Amino acid sequence: MSSEKHKPRIGVFKFASCDGCQLSLLDAEDELLGVAGAVEISYFPEASSAMLKGPYDIGLVEGSITTHHDAQHIQEVRRQCKTLITIGACATAGGIQALRNWKDVDEFIRIVYATPQFISTLKLSTPIAEHVPVDFELRGCPINKHQLLELITATLAGRKPNVPSYSVCIECKRKANVCIAVARGIPCLGPVTQAGCGALCPSYDRGCYGCYGPMETPNTSSMTAQFRILGQADSQVARAFRSFNAWAWQFRKASEECERT
Amino acid sequence: MTGRVAKTIRVDTLARVEGEGSLYIKLVGERVADVKLKIYEPPRFFEAFLRGRHFSEAPDITARICGICPIAYQMSAVHAIERALGIQISPEVRLLRRLFYCGEWIESHTLHVYMLHAPDFLGYPDAIAMAKDHRAVVEKALRLKKIGNRIVQLLGGREIHPISAAVGGFYKVPSKQQLRDLVADLEWALEASLETVRWTAALEFPNFEQDYEFVALRHPDEYPFNEGRVVSNRGLDIDTAEYEDHFVELHVKHSNALQSVVRGRGSYLVGPLARFNLNFDKLPEVARKAASDVNLRPPVKNVFRSIVVRAVELVFACAEALRVIREYEPPATPRVEVSNRIGMGQAITEAPRGILYHRYALDQNGMIITAKIVPPTSQNQKRIEDDLREYAAQLATWPIEEATWRCEQAIRSYDPCISCATHFLKLVIDREEVKV
Repeated sequence: MSSEKHKPRIGVFKFASCDGCQLSLLDAEDELLGVAGAVEISYFPEASSAMLKGPYDIGLVEGSITTHHDAQHIQEVRRQCKTLITIGACATAGGIQALRNWKDVDEFIRIVYATPQFISTLKLSTPIAEHVPVDFELRGCPINKHQLLELITATLAGRKPNVPSYSVCIECKRKANVCIAVARGIPCLGPVTQAGCGALCPSYDRGCYGCYGPMETPNTSSMTAQFRILGQADSQVARAFRSFNAWAWQFRKASEECERT
Repeated sequence: MTGRVAKTIRVDTLARVEGEGSLYIKLVGERVADVKLKIYEPPRFFEAFLRGRHFSEAPDITARICGICPIAYQMSAVHAIERALGIQISPEVRLLRRLFYCGEWIESHTLHVYMLHAPDFLGYPDAIAMAKDHRAVVEKALRLKKIGNRIVQLLGGREIHPISAAVGGFYKVPSKQQLRDLVADLEWALEASLETVRWTAALEFPNFEQDYEFVALRHPDEYPFNEGRVVSNRGLDIDTAEYEDHFVELHVKHSNALQSVVRGRGSYLVGPLARFNLNFDKLPEVARKAASDVNLRPPVKNVFRSIVVRAVELVFACAEALRVIREYEPPATPRVEVSNRIGMGQAITEAPRGILYHRYALDQNGMIITAKIVPPTSQNQKRIEDDLREYAAQLATWPIEEATWRCEQAIRSYDPCISCATHFLKLVIDREEVKV
């Protein structure tokens, strides 16, 4: 793209993921050309065949680490990026593919592939921060594009991004939603889940399923107790914690506690 | 005497596709010795970890296979599970699901036509560079894409991994007024799509026709989204439940995606070209006319022209969205009651990139016993290799940079989604010259 030297250089890197979080950048239809004018998007293979070498001022990393190759590659990406930001549940918590972490991955391979010896994979799907230092983790499955733009802007301005770590409940209150858990008895992970989606699920008459991962100080045992009061079996509570952010330690601990009882 | 000069040209990444992979072509003189579309996107094992989850979780979990076409996964999942449970959705929900798919097609096709594929034809690395010379075109594309996303956002809460699709219907449905608010935008989008047909038709296309087996859904009354029989131009005409009797997946060493073939025949093509060729008569008049005006008539056998067909499908999606909005009455309940039961169900829906097959077996508690998913790109994967085998032979004497560019362009004609099947394509052409 542009070769003007004074513009900050951005690289977008992908590991095991669905591509949705990096697509958020292209989904910022009103801002894309503005962003492209303010920065140099130097490496973004999903969008451009002009792939410029590092170093980069900001690296946006999507996806989790699931192969030996990727475990080495993330080290190189870290070396090339002044500020490294992970985007989305895969990069920040291992993603839905971290469900393998409780199973025998060789059995998983046999279920999907006819010739298991062709497949090379690690036993665990792990977040980027388990491999290299990360400067900021942006949550969500998928991330919120407005939070991404705020994060890029703040990083370039050298200020703290305005990305709250409180729970989805706060967003529900702001929208004046009637609490679906209290009023209708629908199990909802909102109290332990970080805000950012705009309380989408409760606004669409369903319980939050935790796609933004644990809030700053989640009381997961109280959440488990509440789910039980609403008639959920422990196996159901365990599954609720074990989805897109299953390997985030607070959710992981909560699901494992449910399995033990 | 025969002496050999080996020449290897590498393009480390084929960009503007969704996913990670690489292509290897070996030329010996003018003969293509080997073609491998390698998919090294790390496997994520969705079919394995769906086991032991409740059916109600499948639409949310399978959406995460692909951030570009999550609705396709949600639609194939809900329809397969509804078949397993033996439930009928309401006509209103059926209509809304068509609208939901219109949104995804508009968003995904616009992304591909203007931002991923057009730069190949016009000689740019990406749409942002293209915008420097064609600002109005890119701005129009972004506006069109946004309108697709607006539909998805209204019905599903957000563009990527929407949260409202449910087995039996939706968690919440929009009001008539909310849909009517989309009309002005969609009328603009219809015009913009018609311009897109003319704009894409004026591009230059390599002369490359193949004798494809096209496979798509076919419905008696409408251009297909969520229902229909699986048909082909070689006489296939089956119920979706018979899919696995006629198509088989192969596991080859060079790819983390399984490759599909028609049993006893070989590779086939799914996606816009197949849908258009097999369902031209079901397109609305406005889309048929747009195609005829640029001399696009079935059967289209040049895969590079997929970009024009995608534009025609944009016209269809905008016109269909307007029709649905005109006819829409909110259902009595957003979704029908569902209860656990033993069952097996299959469904195929038309993802932007082609047919997407799901099969689920459920136990008495509604838990998934087995799941099988066949995405469009793994169905096209073998066909892409076959195309390149033919096409590379035509390009054997070309300068290697141009040949490489054209091969990438051919691959992108399929809009491969390698996250579905896998992520990025690395192109290697290995050329050995035979000196006599």
